[in-house]
Amino acid sequence: MNDFLPSSIQISYLIAASLFIFGLKQMSSPATARRGNLLGAIGMLIAIIATLLDRSIVSYELIILGTVVGAALGAVMAYKVEMTAMPQMVGLLNGLGGGASTLVAVAEFWRLRSAGEAIALDSIITIILSVLIGGVTLTGSAIAFAKLQELITGAPIIFPFQRGVSIGLLIGFLVGSAYLILDPQNLTAFLAMVAISLILGVLFTNPIGGADMPVAISLLNSFSGLAASAAGFVLMNNMLIIAGALVGASGIILTEIMCKAMNRSLTNVLFTAFSKAKTASIGSGDSVTPKVTHSVDAEEAAMMLGYARSVVIVPGYGMAVAQAQHAVRELADQLERLGVDVKYAIHPVAGRMPGHMNVLLAEANVPYTQLYDMDDINPEFDHTDVALVIGANDVVNPAARHDTNSPIYGMPILEVDKAHHTIVIKRSMNAGFSGVDNELFYKDKTLMLFGSAKDVVTQLVSSVKELT
Amino acid sequence: MEDLISALVVFVLAAFVGFEVINKVPPTLHTPLMSGSNAISGIAVLGALLVSGTGNVTLSSVLGVIAIIMATINVVGGFLVTDRMLQMFKKKEARS
Repeated sequence: MNDFLPSSIQISYLIAASLFIFGLKQMSSPATARRGNLLGAIGMLIAIIATLLDRSIVSYELIILGTVVGAALGAVMAYKVEMTAMPQMVGLLNGLGGGASTLVAVAEFWRLRSAGEAIALDSIITIILSVLIGGVTLTGSAIAFAKLQELITGAPIIFPFQRGVSIGLLIGFLVGSAYLILDPQNLTAFLAMVAISLILGVLFTNPIGGADMPVAISLLNSFSGLAASAAGFVLMNNMLIIAGALVGASGIILTEIMCKAMNRSLTNVLFTAFSKAKTASIGSGDSVTPKVTHSVDAEEAAMMLGYARSVVIVPGYGMAVAQAQHAVRELADQLERLGVDVKYAIHPVAGRMPGHMNVLLAEANVPYTQLYDMDDINPEFDHTDVALVIGANDVVNPAARHDTNSPIYGMPILEVDKAHHTIVIKRSMNAGFSGVDNELFYKDKTLMLFGSAKDVVTQLVSSVKELT
Repeated sequence: MEDLISALVVFVLAAFVGFEVINKVPPTLHTPLMSGSNAISGIAVLGALLVSGTGNVTLSSVLGVIAIIMATINVVGGFLVTDRMLQMFKKKEARS
């Protein structure tokens, strides 16, 4: 009977962990994903209730206070947040998770220290790791949040000797670790290490530019999982270790996908400010082709779209910024009414985080069956009548395929230039996010439709409506 | 040390399971996957519960409560926002 409670807690953890895995598995299809998420939530509830049965928990006042406040804040955030602001929201949540893990490690250190017993070597090592990962996640995510929310500039923030300072701090952290391992009661060393890990987080995200935020967010997602795992090592709690490992793996996979979609290595994203590397190469490839664009007005474009057999819409973040997704969906509806086959081509980095564009379109009631990934849609452009590019630029630049001088050379793109015609809706001829000129705009079969995405698409809708 | 090693075994195996399961998630669902897995990383709340429920108010338990608040925001916010997103993914709306 003595063992009954601890083992029932362990069994509950096993059930909860299985529910997490089942839940994540069901995320592999939009049809079951919602149930998967619910399973995850149930797993979490089971794990929490089981933990409350733990014998070391004797007072519930503080716990109730904490959970009620946290749950209320979380719920309000979840219902208020705009879908365009999802990256910030996820960034913030990452930071909170990482912060919680750090605090757990700090609290455990404090408890062991005040208990006056000798602190075991493995405890101190896990505490050190936990503080480092959690601290970096907390402040790194805070900076990412501030950048995405535009509280601070989205451009890379770089100061002289930045790398030197980071390396110095890391060395400082290692020295502190050595101190702490030799003298686990050393509070100064411990606090210094907490501070260093917080500063490292800031230095980690600061040099990452706005365009690379999807990578940073994914990586911090992974960190928040690893932080939870590390806290699990501190407390020797399998539930934390398993859940943290699952999240860590998921974050790493997404990071890799994002890097691949931008054709850049992780170290390149983290340690070179993008704009710097590329300013050198801009301007070199100019003056090869005469720069003539063909423009078109909304009515003519509407005719082309309306009488096409197949249209592929390529939305970029510019569309989301202009809040044009509802108008775009309406346009697609009108085209379908005329019997046009409409698909959407989504580049992996079309939004500000992995899969962001899909969520934005889903919010505008675009059925997910019409959304196609890059690999699935690229072979179809050959027999597509019109590709309609709305607010996307670099991800459709054919230079990525052949121009070795281009900074985006090698990046996988949506091959809209292979469609019979391409209509590009664009505010002006200004270069895109990365500052690279786009040769697509000068091709003979490319037609430019200038104006703000929302106005232009609305005009297209009304013109298409008149077609029968 | 033995504890540490068995914990390491659990960690590595769980990471493999994570890789296997999550590799199959299509790009369409990457944002919900991220916010959902994010909610799972709020599992740190368990640790926070354990350090804050010891009965006497110490620095540890105060830190623990702050950790509970942070982790609960993470858990509740994460699962709810994921649900909100996923309910928008529809096959085909009923056109009126």
